[in-house]
This record gives sequence, C-alpha cells and structure tokens, in this order.
Amino acid sequence: MLRRNMKNKSHRYTTTAVSLHWLITLGLTGTLALGFYMNSLPFSPAKLQYISWHKWAGISLLLLALFRLGWRATHPQPSPPAGMPAWQHAAAEWTHRVLYLLMIAIPLSGWLMSSAKGFPTVYFGLVQLPDLIGRDVELGKQLTALHVWLNFALIGLVGLHALAAVKHHLIDRDDVLSRMLPFLARN
Amino acid sequence: MNIRASLAALVLLTATVSAAQAAEYTRVLTDKSSLGFTYRQMNVPMEGGFKRFQAQLAFDPAQAAKGSASFDIDVKSIDVGSPDGNGEIGGKALFDNAAHPAARFVSSSIKPLGNNRFEVAGKLTIKGRTRDVTAPVAFRQDGSNGVFEGALNIKRTDFAIGEGVWADTSIVADEVQIRFRLLAAGK
Repeated sequence: MLRRNMKNKSHRYTTTAVSLHWLITLGLTGTLALGFYMNSLPFSPAKLQYISWHKWAGISLLLLALFRLGWRATHPQPSPPAGMPAWQHAAAEWTHRVLYLLMIAIPLSGWLMSSAKGFPTVYFGLVQLPDLIGRDVELGKQLTALHVWLNFALIGLVGLHALAAVKHHLIDRDDVLSRMLPFLARN
Repeated sequence: MNIRASLAALVLLTATVSAAQAAEYTRVLTDKSSLGFTYRQMNVPMEGGFKRFQAQLAFDPAQAAKGSASFDIDVKSIDVGSPDGNGEIGGKALFDNAAHPAARFVSSSIKPLGNNRFEVAGKLTIKGRTRDVTAPVAFRQDGSNGVFEGALNIKRTDFAIGEGVWADTSIVADEVQIRFRLLAAGK
C-alpha cells in the first residue's frame, strides 16, 4: 500500500501545476475567442474596449506562462507511463516545448505589434508598459500576421495535445489524462 | 543736470535697444509649424495632428496686448494616430467634415504674463460649435524668427466630437490637449 502510494505520487503533477495548466487553457481560449470576435467588429468604442481587454489578458497570460515555466523548472515532472514507445515520449516532449514557446511568443508578438502600430499597452488601464519597438506601420502589419499564424499553430498543437490525452485515456487506458483531470482517475 | 542727461541717455539707449529687438511677427511658416493633439483611449495615450492649417499673426512681444492671431484648420487633414481612427473620424458622429470642413480659432485678447509668456484668449470653433478658450503661450526668438509654443485643454464633447456610440467618454476620454508650435518670420 505504501509502495503504491509512493509510486502514485511520482506520477502526479503538483496542484499548482494542474491549476496553472487549466487556468492558462481557459485564459488562452477566452483571449483567442475575444481576439477573433473583436477583429470581426467595425471600428467602435466597444472594439477599442475589447482590444484593451484582450491586451490585458495577453499580458496576464504571458506572466502566468513565465511563472509556469519557473514552476516546471523547480518541480519534478511525473515520468511517462511504463511501456510508452520512445517516439511517443519524444513527440509529447516536443509538443510541450513548442506549446510553452507559443505561450510566450503569442503574447510577445501581440505586444510587439501593438508597439509597432503605435498603441502602447496600458496594463489594466493603470501601468503603461514600455514600447518594445518604435512605430513602423509595415512591421506592424507583418507582426499582426505573425500573431495570427502563431495562434493557428497553437490551435493545431492544442488539438493534437488534447487528442493524444484522450487516446491515452480511452485506448492506452493509462493515467496521462487523469493526472491533469483527477476526477477521471480510475481506482 | 547731470542726472537729467543720464536719464535722457538711458531713455534713448533703452529705446534704441528695444527698437533693435522689437519685431512684429506676421508670417507663420506653416511647413515648419505643427498643430497636434493628444488624447487617451482606455487610458492609452494617443497622438494626432492636423497636416494643413493657415495662420494669421500680428504679434510684437513688446506690445503683446495689441497682437492678434487666428487659425483656419483643414479638418480633413486630421490624423488621429491610427488607420482605423482616420477612417472613422470624419464621419457625422465625430468631426462631420462634410458639413464642417474647417475649424477656426480667433484670438480676442493677449495678456503678457512676464518672462516671455503670454495668455491668449479667443474663440475656438469646431464642428460649428464655438467656445471661449485660453491658452498659455511661450515665446522665444530663434534667429530672425519667433517660436510660439503652447498647449490648450479642451473637452471633445463641448464640440460634439463624439455623438451616438462615440459620446461614451469612458473609452475615448473627453479631455483632449491641443499642442501647437508655430515658427513665424518677422515683418
């Protein structure tokens, strides 16, 4: 029994890691949806308000992603399920790395495009963040395109990540998904 | 007698010196002058300006009270600092530049405040609405030219710039600061 508990423990993420995972998932989904929605609106005060909210959310997600990276670096990760093929492990590892990269690159590209377009970011309407680059209309357009494509990459990778988790749960019947969704744990 | 002679000499000297320095500035070099403004949307600082305006000036710093200034501003030459904003700003709810293509300022009085600073009062007309405004103006000589710099705070709703959805001052602030820098040549 004791052995089993110890073994389970090494298969678990910390509560903080699980919370950060879902908080960032929720935040990214909402911010992404708001981004698409606000871009479909005609220029109006409401659109300006949504753009500001989107930027505040993006900076918050950048801070959360940095904190999460710090947490991950200082806390042990659960090992992959026994018997999982090496290529799957490598694929999961690289998916996670690119996801972390996108969690940083997406808000950063948004911040850069704002700076290039000449709109400083004022976090929660209180703290004006420094402009990362000078005003440059052409560069602003390129950075906007980059911001959008990074988001499409995120949508694709999150889809892959979620499908893999479901496959682990339903086909491999291991604890990969239940580590992140403890209520799914099989006793 | 001696004192009288000295006084006379002093008066003469003063008159000569002020005649040498006195200059009436009458010709505003508009291509070397600027008329801009700053405002905030969701507390984000924004900058804009008018590319085309004409100014009539008759101003001698030594006889400030006799001076006068007026401006005719081509409202269609506005740049509010973003392409989206520029697409919207001429519309009926904002400047309505089809019905009101010109804005105008006419001075009514100029008061010297000392130390080459002056208070200019006058009537500002934008979008057919006229309001009394006063602006502090700093003067300095630059070679044979005179430089006039000043700023003036107005409320955009005083001029109905922002009707309908744009009347909401919680997103685009009511306060707008007009900033001008005029380079004028002497007579």
